[in-house]
Amino acid sequence: MGYDLKLRVWRGDASGGGLNEYAVQVEEGEVVLDAIHRLQATQAGDLAVRWNCKAGKCGSCSAEINGRPRLLCMTRLADFAEGDVITVTPMRSFPVIRDLVTDVSYNYEKAREVPSFAPTPRDPDGKRRMMQVDVERGQEFRKCIECFLCQNTCHVVRDHDHNKPAFAGPRFFLRYAELDMHPLDTNDRRKLSQDAAGLGMCNITKCCTEVCPEGIKITDNAIIPMKERVADRKYDPVVWLGSKIFKRGDRASREEV
Amino acid sequence: MTDTTGSPDTTGSTAAGAPTRHPMTGNRLTADSAAEGHGFEEHEYDVVVIGAGGAGLRAAIAAHDAGARTAIVCKSLLGKAHTVMAEGGIAAAMGNAYPEDNWKVHFRDTMRGGKMLNHWRMAELHAQEAPERVLELEEWGALFDRTSDGLISQRDFGGHRYARLAHVGDRTGLEMIRTLQQRAVALGIDVFMECTITEIFKTPSDEGERVSGAFGYWRETGRFIVFKTPSVVLATGGIGKSYRVTSNSWEYTGDGHALALRTGASLINMEFVQFHPTGMVWPPSVRGILVTESVRGDGGVLRNSEGKRFMFDYIPEYFKGETADNEEEADRWYEDKTSNRRPPELLPRDEVARAINSEIKADRGSPHGGVFLDIASRRDAEFIQRRLPSMYHQFKELADVDITAEPMEIGPTCHYVMGGVEVDPDTGASSVEGLYAAGEVAGGMHGSNRLGGNSLSDLLVFGNRAGIDAAQTALKSGNQSLQVRDEEVRAAAERALAPFSIAGAENPYTIQYNLQDLMQNLVGIIRKSDELSTSLREIEALKERASRLSVEGNRQYNPGWHLALDLSNMLLVSECIATAALERQESRGGHTRDDFPGPDPHWGGRNLVLTLGDDGRVQLRHQPLPAMPEELQDLFEAQP
Ligand SMILES: Cc1cc2nc3c(=O)[nH]c(=O)nc-3n(C[C@H](O)[C@H](O)[C@H](O)COP(=O)(O)OP(=O)(O)OC[C@H]3O[C@@H](n4cnc5c(N)ncnc54)[C@H](O)[C@@H]3O)c2cc1C
Ligand code: SF4
Ligand code: SF4
Ligand code: FES
Repeated sequence: MGYDLKLRVWRGDASGGGLNEYAVQVEEGEVVLDAIHRLQATQAGDLAVRWNCKAGKCGSCSAEINGRPRLLCMTRLADFAEGDVITVTPMRSFPVIRDLVTDVSYNYEKAREVPSFAPTPRDPDGKRRMMQVDVERGQEFRKCIECFLCQNTCHVVRDHDHNKPAFAGPRFFLRYAELDMHPLDTNDRRKLSQDAAGLGMCNITKCCTEVCPEGIKITDNAIIPMKERVADRKYDPVVWLGSKIFKRGDRASREEV
Repeated sequence: MTDTTGSPDTTGSTAAGAPTRHPMTGNRLTADSAAEGHGFEEHEYDVVVIGAGGAGLRAAIAAHDAGARTAIVCKSLLGKAHTVMAEGGIAAAMGNAYPEDNWKVHFRDTMRGGKMLNHWRMAELHAQEAPERVLELEEWGALFDRTSDGLISQRDFGGHRYARLAHVGDRTGLEMIRTLQQRAVALGIDVFMECTITEIFKTPSDEGERVSGAFGYWRETGRFIVFKTPSVVLATGGIGKSYRVTSNSWEYTGDGHALALRTGASLINMEFVQFHPTGMVWPPSVRGILVTESVRGDGGVLRNSEGKRFMFDYIPEYFKGETADNEEEADRWYEDKTSNRRPPELLPRDEVARAINSEIKADRGSPHGGVFLDIASRRDAEFIQRRLPSMYHQFKELADVDITAEPMEIGPTCHYVMGGVEVDPDTGASSVEGLYAAGEVAGGMHGSNRLGGNSLSDLLVFGNRAGIDAAQTALKSGNQSLQVRDEEVRAAAERALAPFSIAGAENPYTIQYNLQDLMQNLVGIIRKSDELSTSLREIEALKERASRLSVEGNRQYNPGWHLALDLSNMLLVSECIATAALERQESRGGHTRDDFPGPDPHWGGRNLVLTLGDDGRVQLRHQPLPAMPEELQDLFEAQP
């Protein structure tokens, strides 16, 4: 059952590097991360790779396998023929630290820029009420494991580092949309997402959706509705007027941030 | 090997100019005090929290809110701690599903699940405060599943009398960590991620000694970092990486347990390690990965190779009164909990894990050495996919099994350590002034066995309490000048660099592998006196080999080096587990002795306390359990 896998792994750091070839003993049912771990334990003790859960839950092990952005722990060797060479390289849109580990601080910076959740007060009994149907969309977005594969893939920043300062990226459009659709939030982040977060730079190519290991419909369910909401805000004078008169609980009562 | 392995470097101590920021974290690198002295990057805080799981984040938020300058330090990226993997839910008697539920029922369930070895005061505080801590998460943006009237939905779990777990599908931990992470970021708390603490410093004080700082390294660069602080909160999680079959990640090397021992604090209940009944068994590479208890809470049952629901044969005397003894009653329970008793599949985890173990030993297991967990024949596909989306995904992707159509193969997996730092129940303070512990690294709360869902609530309740007290202690100590001596710092750096200069040719990965086998085989689910004695000798031998470890490469993001440093913690903690397991001559909760099969009232009244002697050896003493006040004792008289 076991066989020798031909593995090519990018080794190096900020100053440069290249693909190294290895032969690694692998077993039935294993994933690429298993092969990387065996390589580390037997041939390359200092091979740098991130991982935690090994079950697609933490989003640590993102890399590119034969050029495709994927989770190492959810890519099964059975998807390749035994003779295939598997090439593993670090995510391309982030600066390399060492081997398969990249500097993803861009994402943590963008996270800091999202104005936080600001709920309405609790009900008199100290609890809050929301209907399941009203939280489901937000729940879909909150399945995000922050693997940053979508951020890595989006062509607005892939190979276009100069766009990074003005572009939050699909993962954070998801976050803006989640808050915007939260039944109890009181902030209006539409202007911010359009201007500072760069929603306008997205031309809905859906590449982000394609790589999302959680299957979140980033473009259809978050970005496009968010763009529509932004358009509403910009052009609909009634909504603008409404925002001055309606009560809490309506979108209109949200505070622009 | 490059020159980065040399002795103290000077990075982070730019002599002049504007404060530089760390490229990875965006944190400020202080320039002033580090220019002379030990020469490492140095920071000063009121409270340093080690760990960014549920406990660490909650503690940091509490400390920040109490006015302390607070930092969080963690080994992985922010948001990747173990808590992210938790699936089933957070136990809290909110009474949303069953108005009959209240903290007293939760308290009673928790104590009985822990076979009365829990610290009663922790169990009491936990049951009382969990509901408010959960509501707070909602305040910070968490989106829990809802009941039909819009409240937080609560689900069934083993050992809980009522449906009590607040949850989001089967990814509750992700919701919890993201919520707390986003809160901590919103509050502007400094986070040092991919930074590992290896030592805690102490300084003389009025009462003897107190905490004064901590030492660690950046994983990215291998450079060292020093924290000056009067309060350290350990929130480092568990020890499960010392076992071969485990649901735990590389981070679970018992760092906090070991740091506490070395700082002079004590550990309790270390013999109690929880083996979760349902881990994946096939294919081999996923062996140990968790299958959430919610599968059983939502109707899944256990069967052996003969198709029999064998749990009916394993109902212990202790739980007879509250457990259904026939399938009809068990099945009715899902709809009506007040007039039916709980299915035996939902007995506390230690009972179920032992039963599975016995079935496998009796040759009634599944093809790959587990038993069957079947929800496919009991619930429709739509229900399963909605309630257990990540289990569905996990089996589909990793095992090619469609859980809506066929049973899963499962077996016990090392999951959680009940033992941990001995703390004051109200504040989380250890016996060392300024040192706190909360979350899985703390002991006492769960006694000999933890109920599912009681960890996430534990993290919130005691993370909060520890954070508040750590802040108050720090603010009280005021400008009392803390001493971190340069020699100490240099010595810490030398210890950390030792694996680079030893040419012993022992491979850290091999030693870790050997340790995992040893713990699995000799200190596992079922234990025996002679095997435990052997394990202690073998741990000793591994320690000796570990002193001759060498690592390749340089200090930049080098997992081999990191493991070499973690190994000493794993070995120390494993020794504690084996020592306590050998001493306790009875079976109780997560500790089962083949040679002492039943519980023993004599042992039921005592804790085993472990400390580190000056000679570096683990010392053990017996300590009577704290006495429970009468009004709480009365709760156990009443019928279930
Ligand atoms: C698969 C799985 C499912 C689970 N499901 C549930 C559930 O449904 N309900 C429930 O109640 N419990 C569940 N548990 C248990 C629960 O998730 C854990 O006990 C809990 O998350 C531990 O939280 P913590 O905050 O104590 O530690 P963790 O979340 O593990 O965080 C530990 C932190 O400490 C840091 N750290 C460790 N050592 C160092 C060091 N030396 N220097 C710096 N930082 C360090 C780590 O980087 C990490 O940030 C589950 C556990 C697993 C593994
Ligand atoms: S849809 Fe928008 S965010 Fe997604 S990859 Fe395309 S441009 Fe980027
Ligand atoms: S949206 Fe999907 S691809 Fe993007 S970070 Fe989240 S989980 Fe990863
Ligand atoms: S290791 Fe967690 S997603 Fe791969």
